[in-house]
Amino acid sequence: MIAATLAIVVSLFLIFVAVVRRGLPAMSWDMVSKIPGGGFYIGKEGGLLNAIVGSLYIVIGSITLGLCFSLPIVLYINLYLPEKSRLAQFTRLSFDVLFGIPSIVYGAFGFTIMVYLGLRSSLLAGILTVTMLIIPILIRSIDEVVRRVPKEMKDAALSLGATRSEIIKVILRQVAPGIITAVLLAVGRGIGDAASVLFTAGYTDGIPTSLSQPLATLPLAIFFQLSSPIAEVQDRAYAAALILTFIVLILSLAGRYYSRKYSKNKI
Amino acid sequence: MDRIKYNKYRQFKEFAIRNMMLVLTIISLTFAVIIGISLYYKSVPILDQQSLWSLLSGRSWKPLKGEFGFFPFIMGTLWVTLIAIIISLPLCLLSGIYLSEFAHPYIKKMVYPMIDVLAGIPPVVYGVWGILAVVPFISDKLAPHFVEYSTGYSVLAGGIVLAIMIIPLMISVFIEIFGALPGGLREASLSLGATQWQTVKKVVVRKSFSGLAAAVVLAISRAFGETIAVLMVCGNVAEVPKSVFDPAYPLPALIANNYGEMMSVPMYDAALMLSALLLFVIILAFNAISRLVLIRIERNFAL
Repeated sequence: MIAATLAIVVSLFLIFVAVVRRGLPAMSWDMVSKIPGGGFYIGKEGGLLNAIVGSLYIVIGSITLGLCFSLPIVLYINLYLPEKSRLAQFTRLSFDVLFGIPSIVYGAFGFTIMVYLGLRSSLLAGILTVTMLIIPILIRSIDEVVRRVPKEMKDAALSLGATRSEIIKVILRQVAPGIITAVLLAVGRGIGDAASVLFTAGYTDGIPTSLSQPLATLPLAIFFQLSSPIAEVQDRAYAAALILTFIVLILSLAGRYYSRKYSKNKI
Repeated sequence: MDRIKYNKYRQFKEFAIRNMMLVLTIISLTFAVIIGISLYYKSVPILDQQSLWSLLSGRSWKPLKGEFGFFPFIMGTLWVTLIAIIISLPLCLLSGIYLSEFAHPYIKKMVYPMIDVLAGIPPVVYGVWGILAVVPFISDKLAPHFVEYSTGYSVLAGGIVLAIMIIPLMISVFIEIFGALPGGLREASLSLGATQWQTVKKVVVRKSFSGLAAAVVLAISRAFGETIAVLMVCGNVAEVPKSVFDPAYPLPALIANNYGEMMSVPMYDAALMLSALLLFVIILAFNAISRLVLIRIERNFAL
């Protein structure tokens, strides 16, 4: 049993070692500060700035949009519905199930919507698809913290004459660290996912200046440039893998830190 | 007078916010239905032309001739998933038992964050690892003992990468299930003179069997839908693999690889959307069943 546990831990380290060993020599300042020069399959100069900025755009857009949807839903099923309500349970179940739907299906769905609306592959379509992907994650993890808010807190606010919608402020203040943890989790998933944006974001060497332009993301940069026969382009892919791994590692550590901080302030 | 007006305003605000949130919730519930319907709508053209059964059992995939047989892709998916489960299930079961029943809290504190990190690593990075480490290992070290030649891009490589990917999911659900088991059961068994291992075998695992099965189904459905990592290491040849060293072409990889040209060949997009629909329906069903089982367990044990 200890061997099995060790095997899992070791495999994690093997992944890190493999990615770092190949990615580190390829890293340089140019890599993170320049966009690739001339055609992404053949251009030897330049770096990954387009993919880094593209990933940031996508994540910022979709987190904002995702919170606009997930916060009201979570608050509704926790504040307005009775504890054992069928609707609340069904909502939780349905988001648990949606959480399991693979990103390629979201990508295909996003693509059909895109074609239906007559959009080209663009930043907007990418943001929408990633939003669909992360809403279940946001809802599941925010719901977990909102559910743990003590009932007395709501009762106290209600007895002071607040309406239910005015309690929202109290609850949001209480669960703010939990929301940050949820957001970090969602950022990790959203930034690393390639299959959903493969259809919808397109790929380009430039940095998008409007919502209707295509863009590159880090996972796509890895996926496309890895198959290139030119060593310099492949280097870019491995450097992107290294960057992505470290972003995810930092997000995971930050999430832990915040949730620990949160559990300290338990009432 | 002003006070009454102000309270009216507050009541109106309450009413507006409440209903807006209700509407959002209801809309979100129809989300899965909308995905299903729109994928179905897109795949209708090919379903009109051929029966579902002939599509699923067809062996030849020649989009230019209008032949769309999904059988090689379905077999590819099944092979890769099977290998992933064979590798990861024993690992997860053993380390899940160890972490929840035997391990010192200190070890738990060390290992849990690592499992979290493993869960957070993006599929593409798993794919990069597969190309850097797993594929050369298979083609240089492993395959020469068994077959004459293998590029390494094979069912086995996909299975190994996928196994590592589903471990975090499976192990965390396992630990949750073991944790939900009432402590009294273990104490009763121990007090009758059973050793800890006997207790684990005869009480803990048996009592939580349905939950474990649900967790495995959950992991299987995750493995079914995994795209990029598998696509990068599987070789992508549209034939039914004959051994684990042959390349395979799983269903999600098919969708991801061909989206570019699907608009230019007739029926191609319908075929791809049909495969997305298949994935969606299968995974939806698997997920719903296992989540229901898990919810029931939670309710039964949380007395």
